[in-house]
Amino acid sequence: MSKNKVFRTKNDRFSFMFDQKSIFNIVFMTCVLLVLFLVSASIGESFIHPLQVMKTLFGHGEPGDQLIIETLRMPRLLVALFAGAGLAISGAILQGMIKNPLASPDIIGITGGAGVTVVLFLALFSNDNHSLIVSVQWMPLAAFLGAVALGFIVYFLSYKNGISPIRLILIGIGLSTLTQALTTMFMMLGPIHRAAQANLWLTGSVNGASWTDVQLIAPVIILLFLLTLVSFRKVNAQTLGGELALSIGAHLQRDRILMLILCTGLAGTTVAFAGGIGFVGLMAPHMARRLVGSSYGALIPLSALIGAILVMGADLLGRTAFSPHEVPAGVFTATIGAPYFIYLLYKSKNRS
Amino acid sequence: MEIKTTKMKGWGFVAAILVLCLATMGSIVLGYTEVRLHHLYEVLFHFEHFKESNTHIIILEARIPRALIAICVGASLAIAGVLMQALTRNPLASPSIFGINAGASLFIVAVVIYIPSISLQGMTWVSFAGAAAASLIVYTIGGLGREGLTPLRLTLAGAAIAALFSSLTQGLLVLNEKALDEVLFWLAGSVQGRGLQYLYPVLPYFIGAWAGSLLISRHINILIMGEDIAQSLGGRIAVIKAIAGILIVGLAGGAVAVAGPIVFIGIVVPHFARAIAGQDHRWVIPYSGVLGAVLLLLADISARFIIMPEEVPVGVMTAIIGTPFFVYLARKGWKES
Repeated sequence: MSKNKVFRTKNDRFSFMFDQKSIFNIVFMTCVLLVLFLVSASIGESFIHPLQVMKTLFGHGEPGDQLIIETLRMPRLLVALFAGAGLAISGAILQGMIKNPLASPDIIGITGGAGVTVVLFLALFSNDNHSLIVSVQWMPLAAFLGAVALGFIVYFLSYKNGISPIRLILIGIGLSTLTQALTTMFMMLGPIHRAAQANLWLTGSVNGASWTDVQLIAPVIILLFLLTLVSFRKVNAQTLGGELALSIGAHLQRDRILMLILCTGLAGTTVAFAGGIGFVGLMAPHMARRLVGSSYGALIPLSALIGAILVMGADLLGRTAFSPHEVPAGVFTATIGAPYFIYLLYKSKNRS
Repeated sequence: MEIKTTKMKGWGFVAAILVLCLATMGSIVLGYTEVRLHHLYEVLFHFEHFKESNTHIIILEARIPRALIAICVGASLAIAGVLMQALTRNPLASPSIFGINAGASLFIVAVVIYIPSISLQGMTWVSFAGAAAASLIVYTIGGLGREGLTPLRLTLAGAAIAALFSSLTQGLLVLNEKALDEVLFWLAGSVQGRGLQYLYPVLPYFIGAWAGSLLISRHINILIMGEDIAQSLGGRIAVIKAIAGILIVGLAGGAVAVAGPIVFIGIVVPHFARAIAGQDHRWVIPYSGVLGAVLLLLADISARFIIMPEEVPVGVMTAIIGTPFFVYLARKGWKES
């Protein structure tokens, strides 16, 4: 185990073991993310040279660039970043928790649950002038509640002498069909203007993100991310499976509930700001696992980075590929994600 | 509650037809505008005297077409479900779960946006093409590899395909907000406000596919014993599968062209039909057709009363009815072989 580096505090109260390969991967992905960030900030309807972008970021840019980058592009990029990270962590927790590589918050309907409550929120709190009568800041709470509620419903419906992963996914698929139907129903209750807004949002898009959004999404995702990092050992224990996990002293059911809350919380918050960006929660943890294996200490940050890269990349593509039209990022993630999912179906079959 | 003898199955079928007639009458009479049975009688037999009456026009122009469409679509979806469940030997197979509805929807939305002038006939073919594309993808995926996918994994693959198609559909709609208004109600699955002119182009294919399904029902019986046994009994599996595949595309694609993607009928009804008629598909198929029509009629009736005076699309109702059943099936479980 010479590849590992161990850090201890003096009284041995805290100790961390770092795998060098993981550190390398995390640093590398961070660099990729930074480059992508710069490129995304510079490409758009008007091109701004990356060097110019850097200058602007440090406060020495031209006023015009300043406006474009700081008010238009930055919030969008940051929301994409946090959304991608949130979805990826949520997927990583879920996959570890139910020991199934095919799980992700959108496939088992958590995203759909958030979708229902958000559309309901838009329909209920719109007045005749099509403007919201309560602050839009409550929308994330609605999404969060929807996601958590659906997560628990799926969990309890699939509970029958324990959780069978495949049953959980099947029930998730069934319930997500229901959530789609309910979403459409609530969309029709509201004015068509809201329906268009809701549809854009459901497809998964970070278009029109503002600094207010960033201020709301960033602290929540960062907080949940830290909580997840603190409890990653519990996820590790979960991946061992029921009996083994019990025998090393894990509180199986209690930890599961905790993880379910973390997972649905992350997914719900993301959905509130970026809509139903599909398959990121599935792909990112897999790619991360390829790179660092399945110890969740390194897997979670790396998944978060990859998720952020995926969403940011999809958004960049969506803005530029069919310019002047904007294609929602969710379309691209689904286009890559669905084939990837099917590929995983084969691989996981051959292994078992 | 399975019926054993052929004679009783015959009587059971007659009873099912009676229920269908009752449901049809209910669908014509019940709703926001009050209609009485004698109005219906007058429309059917003495229409020439009552041309001025609003009620009669509603019956003739709205209620009757609606009921007929619900019958045709419900029957077609249910039969498509039976064929798919037999073909894949998967109790969760159905046009909605396997992404066939989503495929047809994507194609139709694309056409509504890019070729708005297309005829209804053309629309039907587009819908068939979408259903066929999705079926081919799912089928190819199911057959890849040495042994292909287990039923459960095929379900998951279908769900992924459905997610992909519906994401693409939503993407198209985001780019064309104007079209959203037109297709939103249709996308939820609805038999409301669709004149018979929507049904006519599809009807010949429906009738053909119903007849075809009855004709191959004997072969389906052989197929569900498993491919090896079917082979040794002299069944031409590839031919039967191909025919069944074409029938499924016609039934599901046609249903989407008329009424949009209506979920869960294809899953729920075959289970009831098999509970009544056993495994003999010569009975299961007609039973499914009739029961599917009844279920969609009932769902449509209840859709009118939920948020009166407005209507819920019937697709929402079938989802509400079907999800608990789906959950039950998934919980009941079966061996992942």
